[in-house]
Amino acid sequence: MNLRFSLNGEQTALDVSPWRRLLDVLREDLALTGTKEGCGEGECGACTVLVDGEAVCSCLVAAGQVEGREVRTVEGLGDGAVARAVREELVSFGGTQCGICTPGIAVCAVRALEREPDASRDRLRELLAGNICRCTGYQLIVDALECAAARGRGEGAE
Amino acid sequence: MADPSRVSGDPALAVGVSIPRVDGRAKVRGRALYVDDLTAEGMLHGQTVRSRVPHGVLRAIRQDPDFDWSGITVATAADIPGENVVALIEDDQPALVPIGGRVRHPDEAVALVAAPTRARAREAADHIELDIEPLPASFTIEESLAGEVVLYGDDNVMRRFDVQKGQDVERALAEADFVIDGTYRTGPQEQMYIEPQGVMAAWDDQGACRLTGSMQCPYYVHKAIARLTALPPEKVVIAQSVTGGGFGGKEEYPSMIGAHAAVLARASGAPVKLVYDRDEDIGATTKRHPARVHHRLGVMKDGTIVAQDVDVVLDGGAYVTLSPVVLSRAVLHATGPYRCPNVRIVGRAVATNVSPHGAFRGFGAPQTTFPYERQIDKAARQLGIEPFEMRRRNMLELGDETATGQTLSYSVGGPAALARAEAAAGSAPPRELAPAEQGTPVRRGRGLAFYYHGAGFTGSGEEKLAGRATVALCEGGGFEVRSSSTDIGQGTLTIFAQLAAAALGVDVGLVRVPEPETGSVPDSGPTVASRTCMVVGGVVERAASALRRRIEAWADEQGIDAPMDELGRRAAGELGEISETAQYSPPPGIEWDDDSYTGSAYAVYGWAACVVDVAVDLDTYEVQVERCIHAVDVGKAIHPIIVKGQIEGGTLQALGWALWEHVAYERGSVVNRRMTDCIVPTFADAPELETIIVEEPYPHGPHGAKGVGEIPMDGPAAAVANALEDALGAPFDAVPALPEHIARALAQAERAPVSKNEREVIS
Repeated sequence: MNLRFSLNGEQTALDVSPWRRLLDVLREDLALTGTKEGCGEGECGACTVLVDGEAVCSCLVAAGQVEGREVRTVEGLGDGAVARAVREELVSFGGTQCGICTPGIAVCAVRALEREPDASRDRLRELLAGNICRCTGYQLIVDALECAAARGRGEGAE
Repeated sequence: MADPSRVSGDPALAVGVSIPRVDGRAKVRGRALYVDDLTAEGMLHGQTVRSRVPHGVLRAIRQDPDFDWSGITVATAADIPGENVVALIEDDQPALVPIGGRVRHPDEAVALVAAPTRARAREAADHIELDIEPLPASFTIEESLAGEVVLYGDDNVMRRFDVQKGQDVERALAEADFVIDGTYRTGPQEQMYIEPQGVMAAWDDQGACRLTGSMQCPYYVHKAIARLTALPPEKVVIAQSVTGGGFGGKEEYPSMIGAHAAVLARASGAPVKLVYDRDEDIGATTKRHPARVHHRLGVMKDGTIVAQDVDVVLDGGAYVTLSPVVLSRAVLHATGPYRCPNVRIVGRAVATNVSPHGAFRGFGAPQTTFPYERQIDKAARQLGIEPFEMRRRNMLELGDETATGQTLSYSVGGPAALARAEAAAGSAPPRELAPAEQGTPVRRGRGLAFYYHGAGFTGSGEEKLAGRATVALCEGGGFEVRSSSTDIGQGTLTIFAQLAAAALGVDVGLVRVPEPETGSVPDSGPTVASRTCMVVGGVVERAASALRRRIEAWADEQGIDAPMDELGRRAAGELGEISETAQYSPPPGIEWDDDSYTGSAYAVYGWAACVVDVAVDLDTYEVQVERCIHAVDVGKAIHPIIVKGQIEGGTLQALGWALWEHVAYERGSVVNRRMTDCIVPTFADAPELETIIVEEPYPHGPHGAKGVGEIPMDGPAAAVANALEDALGAPFDAVPALPEHIARALAQAERAPVSKNEREVIS
């Protein structure tokens, strides 16, 4: 099909089978390899992207499902206050180690903090529960996102 | 909240400061390139055809005549240009089972397929039929020891180690006031790095073979591929791509995938990428060795340990691979950080028809730490001695001797780790329900574990390895660290930049640390054994110091007096690239005898204490870890946040092994091959982790640093089991302790209120 959708803010059209996984279309056809595959069954969250603002596992989405929708990947999170804070604090707090889960966590965290800027540590753990990290034990990611949330609320130093 | 990365300090002295990870920005933006992100002109995708039979003889490989094979390459053992072996310790494992050869486990690679797309490669692999004549098989430690099916030698014992100390251990046990006798089982564990394994291979016009992939040890792959391809070493180049976790799982197996990719690339004449799907990765690659340990502990009424008799058996799986080394470490850690005059340890690794078990963080030590920390806890309970006090009375201190007769003369952080953990833990939560909780069926308990972990290779291993590293002054005045130590998430690139910058006296931003490629970095030894910072970091520091002295000598000759960064720029302009390479030399006084297994097993040890508070739901038997306090002695934290990340990541893997992570086998094959049923902890499962970094410097490590990667994995499982016994009054002598196991243990305890182990106590 001739698939048309908004990708990271730009109208995109390409000829693909509607049954291919969105993950593969992003990675193979559009060279957006920031979205990672960890399990291929919606369990690990490494392939998380935003479709119309909702965090989804792109390995479980058929390309045809995003027709006319807005898709945002880690490459398109932009430089808004929350996105910047999430990226910077993940690095400074040691919230990324091997880094393969990091793009999915960044995508999910930006969405979470934009919607719930006051999220507590426990709430952050719930909101991120679909993203598995095997390196950190999660502590430093939660620390980073707590700090990013404070910055997003204008409490931290920019 | 204080931002830990914004610590002020002299930029030239970058050590002890948590600078932003050098690879952090690329990773958070999704720009870091992992093997599956790479592509090449005309690249094909590889797929592996596996035996699906645990034991048998391969009679034939047939391609379905009705399938369209156009554009598809099929390769078998006949296409291997050199030796059909995955070279490691013994040459017993083939890369592909040949016709007439023996299949020894259900995930054995038999044939390979390459196709223009992954989907087509998968489809083609499904149209290859194997004719395997089945043989009787054995799947467990007990079946292997019974010896009805002989898979290795004449008794299935791949390797045995013995440690003896003091008088006859039977007599010592007979003279003890109490003997605690227990049998412990620990299960297999999946590393579950989030990036599945993969390697890309290409051959050039000159007949050289180049591999790029996700791996811990490029020179292991190099050695294996040189023999497999019969190429001279310089015609094999192994490059590490950014690697999405390893934890030991990418120590040996990349040699297997690399071999397959290399054979397919040669047979097809095109670059081939072979990346595993998650189910294939879980099914075929190595797990932590399952273990059975029988432990007898002799103690006096005052709590003094007088004897330990330990029998360790590891399930090695179908090939020797790394089992002898894992067994060695299991044996050398089997009596714990305790004084004990009389010791007997027997360790055996046995063969089964299961995919080979291999390296996983801790490397045998978690399997023997769990038993001794359960035993000492039971002894304390029996004697009415408080758990911290029981450890304090017996722990190794400066000047004490280990089970192998090594006198500890420096960097003994055990007492400090125990004291710091005790102080942080405070008093235990009440076991009885608080009034507000009346009606909710929850039982609480606290458990302690105390342990140590030898850093670096065992005995004379580091001396034999003689790891090397180079520091170069490059064009423009920047510096580069060249070593084969990989960053698999644990922060190698960052700490090497810090160590080199501090030794050179320049800003850390001037030091570049590329991912290794065998053609351009010396062999620093493998990235394993908690050795990267302590051993290779020390070599990097020495190479950097030598380079600094050389530049300073040049500056003296030229009569230039300037800071090092300026000297570097001017020297680079005048002299071009210059470099210094250093090699590991062992600290004085390290002597080890491989025959008697006596002497200095490790140059130095890390020490740790872990306190776990659990709450057990008595309706569902679900366990909540309410607190986990982990005090770990690392010598010196070169980068405190990276150290904290190592401790916390290892701690959660250990809690997972204790409570949630279960790999289920049927006839040698993993049945839960998905992340949905082969679970690891999520954000929601993980407790808030309370981490305490203890620093008892190692005089021969860089700035006092010693290993940190593995020790956090060793002990928390024992702390969990001790907490479960504290909460429920029933013994937990196996991991994982899943809800069904807890239910069973409680039912048994109700039927027989005195536990089996306590009944066996002789007084």
